[in-house]
Amino acid sequence: MNFLKDISKGIIKENPTFVLILGMCPTLGTTTSALNGMGMGLATMVVLTLSNIAISLVSGQIPGKVRIPSYIVIIAAFVTVVQFVMQAYAPGLYSTLGLFIPLIVVNCIVLGRAEAFASKNGVLDSAIDGIGIGLGFTASLTVLGFVRELLGSGSVFGIKLLEGDGMLVFVLAPGAFIALGYLMVLFNKLKSRIL
Amino acid sequence: MEYIIIIISAVFVNNILLSQFLGVCPFLGVSNKVSTAAGMSGAVIFVIAVSTLVTYLLQYYVLIPLGIEFMQTIAFILVIAALVQMVEIILKKISPSLYQALGIFLPLITTNCAVLGVALIVVTKEFTFGGEAHMLNLAEAMVYAIASAVGFGVAMVIFAGLREHLDLVNVPKVFKGAPIALITAGILALAFMGFAGLV
Repeated sequence: MNFLKDISKGIIKENPTFVLILGMCPTLGTTTSALNGMGMGLATMVVLTLSNIAISLVSGQIPGKVRIPSYIVIIAAFVTVVQFVMQAYAPGLYSTLGLFIPLIVVNCIVLGRAEAFASKNGVLDSAIDGIGIGLGFTASLTVLGFVRELLGSGSVFGIKLLEGDGMLVFVLAPGAFIALGYLMVLFNKLKSRIL
Repeated sequence: MEYIIIIISAVFVNNILLSQFLGVCPFLGVSNKVSTAAGMSGAVIFVIAVSTLVTYLLQYYVLIPLGIEFMQTIAFILVIAALVQMVEIILKKISPSLYQALGIFLPLITTNCAVLGVALIVVTKEFTFGGEAHMLNLAEAMVYAIASAVGFGVAMVIFAGLREHLDLVNVPKVFKGAPIALITAGILALAFMGFAGLV
């Protein structure tokens, strides 16, 4: 029961995108379709979980003054691993996400969780925290990608649902900002009703 | 002529913030006042220029000759983190007034995706400025990097100006804060789309 609570915390109460407003660059840059958003979210989740585990294991040995650079190096190592795995097994997704894969290193969510959670908690808790926050991030990216793809090209996960070409602006840059803004409004509205 | 094309394209047409989404965190975070936005932009221009120079040389004179390009991400982020620290220390010594103006923004810049993003773009992407596709040489890379950073500054300052006015407007409660800022940014991005086709 506690596990469920920890995991769901990342999805609603501490949702990285809609509540904490972190990691905006990949959120806006990669959600041109639901599939791209989901791919980016999952890649971040893998890095986040692995780096949380590694950092919770070694944080006792790292002197306080150099901890941030050390965390960044650990995160960068896992990002490089994910980069190679994606290049080998999902080359199409890798080339669409492009620059944003190496940029997971500077995603505030990953470093934020390392500093705020993994460095102070045990391995299992840190792993669960990584999965929870990662799932929340994946869910928000998928929803944003879903909305942009539906409005922009009339399809979802590549399956055509609406007639016509859709409003191209939602696939382009301005649509990302506007769609995310309105989704945030919707999220705030629903949250104030539930809680 | 070629440099002018690079500059116009990087500042306006492919604005790093509004069309490539690099550096959105500080864009939303520290854009409440024009003066803070300008300070942040100054620090970003400075750090992007220095870090692109160093990472470009690192890529072509260390990583490629040694055949360890896969270390790119780790090496670049380490260089940037170290550089930001160094810039902070040097500025404090040689120009206390500039340090006063930029000081508080410098630590934030390490995790600004625009810095790592530009450093990676100039060594991995092929450009078609002035004819056929080619990798940028050092001079072009520097012009591109500085122009991108200036583009960041332009968007930052305009947006901060808009937000100063936005504070005084009566906005529905659910739109307060980030949502209305994002929608405003979207409209600003629409305006910048007007530059498409200029180059």
